Order: sequence, then structure tokens, then C-alpha cells
Amino acid sequence: MSIKILLSYLVLAPIVGGLLAGLDRRVTARMQNRIGPPILQPFYDVLKLFKKETLVVRPSQTLYIEFFFVLTVFTGALFFAGGDLLLIIFALTLAGVFFVLGGFKASSPYSVIGAHREALQMMSYEPALMMVAVGMYMVTKSFQITDIIHYPKSLIMVLPGVFLAFFFILPIKFRKSPFDLSTSHHAHQELVKGITTEFSGKTLAIIEMAHWYENVFVLAIVYLFFASNVWVGLSVSLLVFLSQMLIDNATARVRWQALVASSWLVALVLGGANIIYLMIRG
Amino acid sequence: MQNHVPFLLYFLMLFPLLIGALALVNRWSSLFKKFIYPGVIVLIVVSIGLLAIGLKGSPIFVPAHFSWIEPFMLIIEVLLAAYILFLALRRKDMIVSILIAVQTGLLLWFHFGAGHSAHVENNLFIDLFSVIMGLIIGVIGSLIAMYAVGYMEDFHAHHEEVKDRRPLFLGLIFIFLSAMFGVCFSNNLMWLLFFWEITTVCSFILIGYKQDDQSIANSFLALRWNLLGGLAFLIGIIVLFKTHHTIALNEMMSLPGTLVLLPVALLCFAGLTKSAQLPCSSWLVGAMVAPTPVSALLHSSTMVKAGVYLVLRFAHQLQGTTLGLFVAMVGLITFLIGSFICISQNDAKKILAYSTIANLGLIILCAGVGTYEAVWAGILLIIFHAVAKGLLFLCVGGIEHETGSRQVEDMTGLIVRMPKVSVMLQIGIAGMFLAPFGMLISKWAVLRAMIDFSPFSAVFLIFGSAATLFFWVKWLGKVLIVDKPYENIEKGIPTGQWIAMGTLSVLTVFICGFFAWVAHNLIDPYVAAIYGNVMVLSKGNIVIMGIMLLMVCLFPLTFLDYGSGVKLSDPYLAGANVGHKGQYQAALEVKDMEMKNYYLNDYFNEERLMYLGVILGVLFVLGLFVLGGA
Repeated sequence: MSIKILLSYLVLAPIVGGLLAGLDRRVTARMQNRIGPPILQPFYDVLKLFKKETLVVRPSQTLYIEFFFVLTVFTGALFFAGGDLLLIIFALTLAGVFFVLGGFKASSPYSVIGAHREALQMMSYEPALMMVAVGMYMVTKSFQITDIIHYPKSLIMVLPGVFLAFFFILPIKFRKSPFDLSTSHHAHQELVKGITTEFSGKTLAIIEMAHWYENVFVLAIVYLFFASNVWVGLSVSLLVFLSQMLIDNATARVRWQALVASSWLVALVLGGANIIYLMIRG
Repeated sequence: MQNHVPFLLYFLMLFPLLIGALALVNRWSSLFKKFIYPGVIVLIVVSIGLLAIGLKGSPIFVPAHFSWIEPFMLIIEVLLAAYILFLALRRKDMIVSILIAVQTGLLLWFHFGAGHSAHVENNLFIDLFSVIMGLIIGVIGSLIAMYAVGYMEDFHAHHEEVKDRRPLFLGLIFIFLSAMFGVCFSNNLMWLLFFWEITTVCSFILIGYKQDDQSIANSFLALRWNLLGGLAFLIGIIVLFKTHHTIALNEMMSLPGTLVLLPVALLCFAGLTKSAQLPCSSWLVGAMVAPTPVSALLHSSTMVKAGVYLVLRFAHQLQGTTLGLFVAMVGLITFLIGSFICISQNDAKKILAYSTIANLGLIILCAGVGTYEAVWAGILLIIFHAVAKGLLFLCVGGIEHETGSRQVEDMTGLIVRMPKVSVMLQIGIAGMFLAPFGMLISKWAVLRAMIDFSPFSAVFLIFGSAATLFFWVKWLGKVLIVDKPYENIEKGIPTGQWIAMGTLSVLTVFICGFFAWVAHNLIDPYVAAIYGNVMVLSKGNIVIMGIMLLMVCLFPLTFLDYGSGVKLSDPYLAGANVGHKGQYQAALEVKDMEMKNYYLNDYFNEERLMYLGVILGVLFVLGLFVLGGA
């Protein structure tokens, strides 16, 4: 069973992720009163990038990114194989660290600042993400995804604070305003292209594909909160994804101070309150 | 094998002392030079021999009754006290003078008064926890001592203003190792205190090694806190004797926690001072003025571990008490504040110091919580931290000698300038925060223990952990940046240093691969003997950890693909690139590009955080005595 899911994840995740990216561009375009590209545009882009020459500043910078890709896929695979949520978060961090190191290794002022911001973003979302694990463990008494997903009741009913804290940091993971500090899909980037400034061709394509895998994984965590009903879970995940577009187009990028302070505060207050509630409830 | 246990213990406690004596006496220095390397190897082999005893859950006791030994210890203690009193009076340091006078007075009063009737059946003992400590002292300690020989030669070449007192330095390092073995093998609390105070004195003299104003001031700061802890230790023993008529560690541990609250509180306080927990943390930061082997050996791998060792011994009694709660709180805020401060630090040794304080805080937190899961996690932390942090200190020491700076800001291009050392540094840093390496495995265990104990404490832990991620990764990244052509400058590092750093690097990775074995054979039986329960990490998760470790270890292999399929170009500098890659044409001249790290000093300011930490620390320590100890 889990092997089948695992294999379908490996094959389907980039397709779903790419389609979601296409949907994203379309919806965003409509919000901005444009028609937007075809839904399949992200696939065309990536295929074209693969054909292009890969320019680098330091030859090893691509190795970090290739490894980042492998680890990101691995993280998702652990999730869909029903693994331990804490371990999955650690694997995600490991993947993220390689991305950051790739940015440092590129040895360009823009990518290095981008890498710092990426690390700050990781520091900002980590508490909320860990609270998801803690909260779900407190309710289901297990860190295993297989146990969490088969929990008979809807987790959102007892973990609303944790969910909101998690929702708050989602723009970081989807690389959306107001938290797209390290790099962004938009052209309005004050740091050239941030952490990805020095990545091109095949390497940039790999970063994009890792992003697709990651998006599917992040939405799967959203799904966990509503897993007691498959259709509710899927539709809420899609709604959450669409909400990111709205947030992206309605907000301006914040400074890192606001990023760290707000995400930590929200995690501490909402997540913390939720966990205290669970402790009292027993 | 078990018949040989007494000899094994005597050997480990006396052999380093012998090497130390060889170093101290000038006339024998040629003998010392001949014996240092074989001696270190013997010490490592014998400490590994501790594993061959085949200990399970129950400890082995050794009577070790010698009629001369207690008067002998007393004479040494009085002589040391007189020496310190003399130094303190000369410096007009009233706090130290009063502390040492009071402590020695109490000691004499107890020794010739009530304590005279104290009888301890077994003065020494060894159990699995002692074995773990013994391995750390024997293996890591010896490696650092080996590193110190070459390092000090370089040190004096670089610092001509410092008087060359190498025999004293190396002698004290070995004497310190003896005392550390003593701390871990003593069952008689008076013996434990004796060795404890020897480590304090070694630390004091070694911190002041450079004899400049800063070093002397910091050595006295360390002395103040450690003497305060020693005094608390002694009072604890006296209270224990007055109330329960025993001064044996095993008997104290077998009493129900509620009966020995005050002595446990006093001994825990001694542990907190030794482990530089808030509010006493400043001494450990100050201790970084000492030459790097001292920081590696005393102030991260071993001596500060004596504090957490002692507190962890009482974990079972702390469990579920108000006292335990306050101990845990001290550990928790120390972890948080220490981790936050690291973000704003540029001096590599200060980062290592604060991170040491933070990780010791984590262990103290585990001890205060005192559940079987927490104790299990705490011991795991001790092992992994000792290896990785020892390695990091040694790397920073090497880097400082070759580049002349230990600022993280000056480590740009280190991967090209000192490729081997920088790879070892990266292994050490990865070992401190990255899955699937040691510290992360331990943090995982701590987190699980905390969630089962009180999820709210886990919430705070999470924030400290996030900060840890940030400060390590930016250091790791800094080393990788290559902004201009550099020359390789690592050829000057002596062989002894290479061996020490190399072995510790291998150990850092190796222990992760075998951590399930280590846990199963060393930690599980110890915890099971006390609690009847052990922490279980599922097989599946251990396998996944193994896969991750394998993947990370395979990463260097990708470098076989180095440079294939890519075309070199210049970094984007918003201007014309000229000269070597990292230069651009500015309005009037050619400029170098420069990249600096983030330090977020307004948010994670050392002074403000420390101020907050000390206030909270004082409150919690007061709570520890007033609410917990009564």
C-alpha cells in the first residue's frame, strides 16, 4: 500500500506541483487583470531551462542544489510513506540547509544576502512547523503520518491555533508575498533574484522542480488537519493554495524584522495557546 | 575481567597524574616528550578497556580503603587553599578570599569534628554512566592533550609576549584528566569534592595562563563561581551527613527525593555553577581567553560536563519535585538565551562558548525533568556534544593560528585556504545541528521527552532550536564563500593536531552511524536499572536516520562531478566585472566585492539577553532553594 503511494508520489507530485504552479500564474494574472499564460506554461519553462547552458560562479554550487533536490524529494517521500513527522521536518530542514549553502557557495553578494534571508525564513517557519508535529502528537499520541491520517476525528477542531500559526507561515514555503524575502517568482525583487541570482539553466530548472515537490508536501500537511474526510481535505488544501495567491497579490514584501517577529509571535501565541488548551483538556 | 576493575580505576586516575608530573618537573621534560604520544595512546586504549568490563545495569563498587589517603587529600586541599588565598589577597579579591577561607574552615571543622565518624564502605564505583564519562575523558581528553603539545609550540611562536610556561600548561592538562576520572569514579562524596576542587584549580590556573590583565581577571571570575559551587557542595555533604549519617553517593541516590531535598538542591547548585548555567554563565565566556586546548578540554568536552554529570545523577530524585522543576527552568532559559546570543556573535570561540552553555542547559533541563526519556536524552547529549564541540574548538584553534583571526567574518574562502580543516569544521558544525548527526538525534530525543513531560516546555525548546539552525548555517555558509583567489595556508599545522582533529571528525560521523548500538549497550541498561523503562526509538526511524546519514556521507562523492556541464562566469555585481572575478568597476576605482554575515544585533543583543538571563537565572536559583529545597 505505502509503496504504491510512494511511487505515485514520486511520479505525480511534480505533475501536480507543476499544474498548481500553472494555476497560480493564471489566477494571479486574472487578479492583475491580465489573461495569463497557459496552464502548462511552468512545464514549458522548465523544459526550456533544461536545454539552456548552466552558468556558474563556483562549479560546486550546482552540487548543493542537486542535493537539495534529492533531499526535498526524500522529505516528501518520507511523508507519503507514512513516516515520523518530526523526522520529516528534520529532513526538510536538511534539504533547506543545502539550498542555503548553494546560495552561499555561489559567492555572489546577491545570492549570499538571499541565502541569509532564506536561513532567516527557515528560522521563522520552523517553530510553527514543529508545533504542528507537537500538536498532532498530543491529539493522536503518535508522530507517524499513517496514524495521524487515520485519526477518526477532524484535527482542525482541536488544533485551530496550531493550524493558524501554520497558515501564517505558508507564504514562506510557497515563496509568496509578504514573506518572499529570499527569492520570488515576481520581477519586483530588490535583490535581483535573491538566493537564485547565480543559478541558471538546468540548476534553475531543478530548483523549480524541487519547489513543485515541496508545494505538494506542504499542502499534504494542510490536508492532515482535515484528513478525516478526503473531499473536505482536498478542497481545503486547494482553497489554502488559492488563498496564497490572494495574499501574494494583496500584500507587500516585509522586512526581515517583521518576518521573524510576526511569525514567532503568531506561533508562540496561537500555537502556544492551542497547546496549553490541549494540556488542560488532557 | 571484573576482578581487574580496581586496577583499571586506579590506573586511569593515576596514569595521567604520572605524565603530568613528568611534564611539571623541568628536569624530566625530555622524558615527558618521549612519553607523551605513547602515554596518550595507552590512556586511550585503557579507557576503551572500560567497555571490556562488560557492565550491565548494576554498578561495581571498589572499597579503596587506604589509611593515608584522607589525610593526604586534606593536606593537598589546605595547600591549594593557602595558595589561592595568597593570590586572592594579593589581588585584593575579597569574594574569593572569603569563599576559600569559609570553605577551608568548614572542611577542617567537618573533617576533625562530626565527619570524623563518617565511614564510606566503598570509596570508588563504576557504572555505565561513569564508563561513558570515562570514555569521553580518556579518548577525547587524550586527543585534545595530544593536540595541545603541537598547539602550544605554535602558540608561543605567535605570542612572544606570553611567558613560556609550557611544562605547567601540559602538566595541568594531564593532572586535570586524572581529577576528571576521579570525579566520575568517586562514590565517597568527600572524594568527589576533592577531585571537583582540583578541576576548579586547574581551570583557574589555565584560564590565567597568558597572565595579562584580561586573563587574570577572567580566571578570578571563574574561580568565584566555581568556589561558590564548591562551597554549596561542601554544605550539601555536611547537611546530608547531619540528617542521614552518610556521605556516600550511592546511599544518597537510593534515598527518596523528598528526604534529601536540601542536599540535592545544594549539590545541584554546585553542578549548575560548574556547568556555567545562568546566572553563572559569564565565567565560561570569560574562560575563552585561555589557549584553545583549554577551552576544548575543560570548557566544553569534559570539566563543564562534570556539573551536568552530577545533576543527572540525581535526576531520579528530581523527577516530579518542585526542585526538579526549577532546575529544569534554569536549564531551559540557559538553552534559550545561549542559543539566541550565538546569533549575534562573530568571535568563533564565543559562539562555541555560548552554544556550549546552551547545550549544557539542555542537559540540565533533561536532568530536572528526570523522566527516563529525559535522562536517556541527556546522556546522549553529553556524548555527542563532547565529540562535536571538541572538534570545533580544535578546528578554530588551528584556523586562528594559520589565519591570525578567529572571527567568523574572516573565514571567507576558508574552503580554499584551509580545505582539510574547513571540511572538518563543516563536519563539526553539521554534527551540532543537522539531521542526521548526533546533536540533532539528541535534540529529537529531548523534544520527545519534553512533549511527554510537558508539551509547553517543548514550545520554548522549539524556538531555541530554530535559532540554533540560523547561527550554525550562516557560519557554515561563510566558510564556503570564495570571493577572490586564495593560497593554501594549512601546511603549518603539526601532525599531532591533524591526528586529533581527524580522529574527532571520524568519530563525529562514526558515532552517528553506531548510535543505536551505543544507546543499546551503554545508555539503555543504565536507564533501565534506575527506571525499569527505556526510551524506544522505533526501528523504522533508526533505519531512516541511517539512510539520511548515508545520503549526507555520499554528498562529497558528488564532487566527482565537479565542474562538468557548467560554464564559469562572473558573479553579478550590478556593474562591469574587472580583474579577478570578484572585482568591479566603480565610479572612480576598481573595487572588491565584500560579503558580510547577518548578526541581527538589535534583536539578539548579547548584553541585553545576558542581563535578562541573569535576572531570570537568579530568580530560578532562588526558587530552587526557597521553594524547591525546603
